[in-house]
Amino acid sequence: MSLAFGFIFVLLVAVCAAAPLWATHVAHTTPTENHLTDMVTIDGERTNVVGLDGVPIGPTYSGEFFLGADRNGRDVMVRLLYGGRNSLMIGVAAAVMTTLLSILLGVLAGYLRGPVDVAIRSLLDVMWSFPVIILGVALGVALALGGFKLGPITISGNSLLIPIFVIGLVYVPYMARPVRGQVLSLREKEFVEAARAQGASPARIMLTEIVPNLLSTILVFFTLLIANAVLLESALSFLGAGVRAPNPSWGTMIDEGIDRIATAPHLTVVPGIMLVMTVLSLNVFGDGVRDALDPRAKVRLEH
Amino acid sequence: MGRFVVRRVLQMVGVMFAVSVLTFLIFNVIPNGDPAVRMAGRQPTETQIEQIRKEWGFDKGVLTQYVTTMEKVFTGDLQSYFTQLDVGEEIVKGLPRTLSLALGAALLWMAVAIAFGLYSAMRAGRFSDRFLTILALVGISMPVFWIGALMNYYLGFKAGLFPNGGYVPLTEDPIDWAYHLILPWTALAILFIGFYSRVLRSNVLDTINEDYVRTARAKGLGERQIMVRHVLRNSMIPIVTLWGLDFGAVMGGGAILTETVFDLQGVGQYAADSVGQLDVPPVLATTMFAAFFIVLLNAVVDILYAYLDPRIRLQ
Repeated sequence: MSLAFGFIFVLLVAVCAAAPLWATHVAHTTPTENHLTDMVTIDGERTNVVGLDGVPIGPTYSGEFFLGADRNGRDVMVRLLYGGRNSLMIGVAAAVMTTLLSILLGVLAGYLRGPVDVAIRSLLDVMWSFPVIILGVALGVALALGGFKLGPITISGNSLLIPIFVIGLVYVPYMARPVRGQVLSLREKEFVEAARAQGASPARIMLTEIVPNLLSTILVFFTLLIANAVLLESALSFLGAGVRAPNPSWGTMIDEGIDRIATAPHLTVVPGIMLVMTVLSLNVFGDGVRDALDPRAKVRLEH
Repeated sequence: MGRFVVRRVLQMVGVMFAVSVLTFLIFNVIPNGDPAVRMAGRQPTETQIEQIRKEWGFDKGVLTQYVTTMEKVFTGDLQSYFTQLDVGEEIVKGLPRTLSLALGAALLWMAVAIAFGLYSAMRAGRFSDRFLTILALVGISMPVFWIGALMNYYLGFKAGLFPNGGYVPLTEDPIDWAYHLILPWTALAILFIGFYSRVLRSNVLDTINEDYVRTARAKGLGERQIMVRHVLRNSMIPIVTLWGLDFGAVMGGGAILTETVFDLQGVGQYAADSVGQLDVPPVLATTMFAAFFIVLLNAVVDILYAYLDPRIRLQ
């Protein structure tokens, strides 16, 4: 069953990746194009995309405005797909960043022990004490206010790299700790001792013996990481500290939709359902992966 | 035991110090321009910027800056540049609301999670177990603010079953206080129920296979008695520690989303609003406040765990 959900996730990704195709050939618009003053034909009647009272049209289930329009007259379906691209891309990229950093820190701390371990663990402790949302918000705000300039590298406050960086950083303690724990037990195994006896350097041991054996732990965590990263991105964007307008993401769409929930509920319901479907499929799939690889593992990730 | 507590408290102070340094770095030192301009928020005037520069010591060295910043945070000498209100006061006002939300939701999720988890474990493999598992998975997949907004609208506004957001102080009217909080409590609890019920379920399933449970059965103890007095009690230890950590996390930041959606005007919402305005002093203060709770709960949980399991004290 979890395989089915894995497939659902892949399907969702594919659909969102095809966003530009839908936008140009079916909806004939872009995610940021306002159609405030346009009119559209529904059931033979010409109606305003955004009514005179400011209420946008609901789903038309036809090519243009398939899922209706938002308060700026933008096509919800197009924004949904493009937003999905952003949200998913941020989620996966952040998960990759977290994984790489966690492996680095976890392996160094677990294998080298001593002062390196103490230093890394203290760092992780401090990061762990920062609540995920507040850290994300604090970093997101600080970086968004003026972008990021480090020598030749300049990233504007609007860039998608900022939420990726923030989310990727925030989850490191949650993964680095279990990785470190695994490394601690791995380093006592015979094959490591054998490699040491052969005269392999610590770096070589870490790379060729330890890391490959971490793969099952990493894989389980990775799917859960993507799920949580996508959720966190939506929360941050909802608060205004993640993806910034007018870039679409499921979080910003929900944020905009909540204001008008009474008159245009589809603005809130639609991106939310997409979010839940994505995260759910990832969670079920991740569960299945974990059951298959190690039924006794108590894998835990924060939210 | 005493020595462990002292050690843990010292560690807590150390971490708080590190957190303060980190917060300071994030807001004052990130390489992207003039911190005074950043402090001033969205539409600063030239005089405002100058004033900020002097007040926070940006014209002096980094160390002085840090000391000045921390002084202001801890003496409560922080004033929001946007609303001109005293930050400390706002936090004190918001605290009971955030506490009501967090504590209520935490108790709710524990009670429901234990019930669901235990029931699920007892009926392991059967339909009711699978059903509850799916429910739990859906629960942890839903963004809190989304489900909260939907609940607020459909159950509160449209159906009129619950009030449309807002908060009534406990001292004013306990019944109304609870009435206003039922939806927020539920929204916040859904996610945790999903997670905790599954952890409990797996713990219970592990415990059921232990030898002492088999002995208890052989002695002829009733199933109900075995479940509650032996199995449940021993499965609970990790749950209780997780609960402490999560409660800290909710106080620290999880409450933000729920408070914003239901307009509870707690500390979390204050933080969220300040973020929206890019208003730095309140964000600074609320960050420290949130981190403090997490660090405090972490320490309490560690001490509790050491009390329950003497082997930990030797670490």
